[in-house]
Amino acid sequence: MPVRVEAEVKVWQRRDRNKQLAIWGGWFAGVLLFVFCWQIISGNTTWFFVWDSPRIAADIASRMVPPRWEYIYKIWDPLWDTINIATLGTVLALCMAVPVAFLAARNTTPSAYIVRPVALFIIVASRSINSLIWALLLVSIIGPGVFAGTIAIALRSIGFCSKLLYEAIEEIDHTQVEAIEATGASRWQIMAYGIVPQIMPAFAGISVFRWDINIRESTVLGLVGAGGIGLQLSSSLNILAWPQVTLILIAILATVLVSEWVSAKVRHAII
Amino acid sequence: MADVAATAAGRRWRKPPLIKNANLRWGLYIGAAVYFILASYSILVEVNWQRVYEGLPRGAKFVGGFFPPFPFANIIETGGFEELAAQRLIDIGDGLIESLTMTVTSTVIGILISVPIGLGAARNIAPMPVYLLCRGIIAISRSFQEVIIAIFFVAMFGFGPFAGMLTLSFATIGFLSKLLAEDIESMDPGQAEAIRATGSRWPQWINYGVQPQVMPRLIGLSLYRLDINFRESSVVGIVGAGGIGSTLLTAFDRYEYSTAATILLIIIGIVFFAEYSSGKIRARLQ
Repeated sequence: MPVRVEAEVKVWQRRDRNKQLAIWGGWFAGVLLFVFCWQIISGNTTWFFVWDSPRIAADIASRMVPPRWEYIYKIWDPLWDTINIATLGTVLALCMAVPVAFLAARNTTPSAYIVRPVALFIIVASRSINSLIWALLLVSIIGPGVFAGTIAIALRSIGFCSKLLYEAIEEIDHTQVEAIEATGASRWQIMAYGIVPQIMPAFAGISVFRWDINIRESTVLGLVGAGGIGLQLSSSLNILAWPQVTLILIAILATVLVSEWVSAKVRHAII
Repeated sequence: MADVAATAAGRRWRKPPLIKNANLRWGLYIGAAVYFILASYSILVEVNWQRVYEGLPRGAKFVGGFFPPFPFANIIETGGFEELAAQRLIDIGDGLIESLTMTVTSTVIGILISVPIGLGAARNIAPMPVYLLCRGIIAISRSFQEVIIAIFFVAMFGFGPFAGMLTLSFATIGFLSKLLAEDIESMDPGQAEAIRATGSRWPQWINYGVQPQVMPRLIGLSLYRLDINFRESSVVGIVGAGGIGSTLLTAFDRYEYSTAATILLIIIGIVFFAEYSSGKIRARLQ
């Protein structure tokens, strides 16, 4: 226990001197990094606009109320599209994520040195590129519309779903698999009767969870032309129709809250 | 067991279904089938297959842009390094620095704000009005996508990384405060009570009774959020909030697919590195 002698009286300390110095140094480096980063940000900022922002915010807020309720007849369609993008995107993603997950899990992969790294790379690549960037890419390849949005959501979700699924596969109880093996089952039968029943609850939970996230993400895909309510949002913003923007935001908020409630209910029922 | 008699009579064993109630199960199956037919129809009817077909070469060109990525491709093509290529590299570097600085500052600011809000959103230590207010802030921050928030911040603070930084800080609040509040709600009340019994004041109580219990998880979550913030910093640029996203958008707009591919590879690399190292640090802390 670190003890310091001060005027011949032993004083207890929580840490000894070296540790204390190391912690102080860590904090110092952290603050230094923050200040350095702040300098760069502030150098790229027009401070006049920032000081002017309260006035602008008040201005926008005053234009945003009251919401234009009649506009709601025009957003049912895009809302339906948004939900479709999220749902079909999730389904497509799951179709592709299941094989990737089985290839990436240590206990089911056919080869740990060749196939597994490829599967892991697919997971990382899909996870690190945001759905909006996927959409940007797909809009320029297959043209604007709901289809590009669906594919973008699907590509983005593969990584998330496979990652959680392969972790679930790695955590299964091996004795059940062994029991099926002992009956002389083939490779596929082992999978169907030994592994799949064990990961089914995790699978259902993951898909509903990702569906909830995808609803949120599909609301903005329209900003780059990939369909859904975002398209309406961006056109309303472009013509500065702030009352419409308010209504769209309310619609998005309601959709997201409902989807969150549904997903929480379903996950609660499963677990 | 009733099943035994049936089995003895020669019925085959079947896997038990995931959903036990047969009516609910079939209802769900049929509902899902109807929905998929309707949804697929409404999506596929709009697709312009001609356009998709025309776009395929572009897709191939983009994929080709990865092999090799742009700086090397440029060297192979021209035998040297052009001025234009150098300029593009500088652009990518600038975007990257902006993204990284944005990530660091927004995470720090986000943590500073989300700790008090997280305290306020924990039902066991905050009074009801404070609880409702803090939960409201968290709900708003969580329901809107970063990009929507970024649009408003860009309108208010002008183009540039400042708006992006504020957006990411705001998004951090929803994430970190919610998880911190849940952690505080599930803490061990015995330790907190013991500190209270010594006659501590509220700040002392938080500092010695609550904080040590939630600190490891808070550090872990902050590191995780650092990751997420970098990933998100690559998209807020699409609506003008600075960072590598604006460089990427420019590359797409100019049809410079090899530059875009390079940027994406850099993003994947950094995310991979960040995820790996933060995973290592978190494993050591917990």
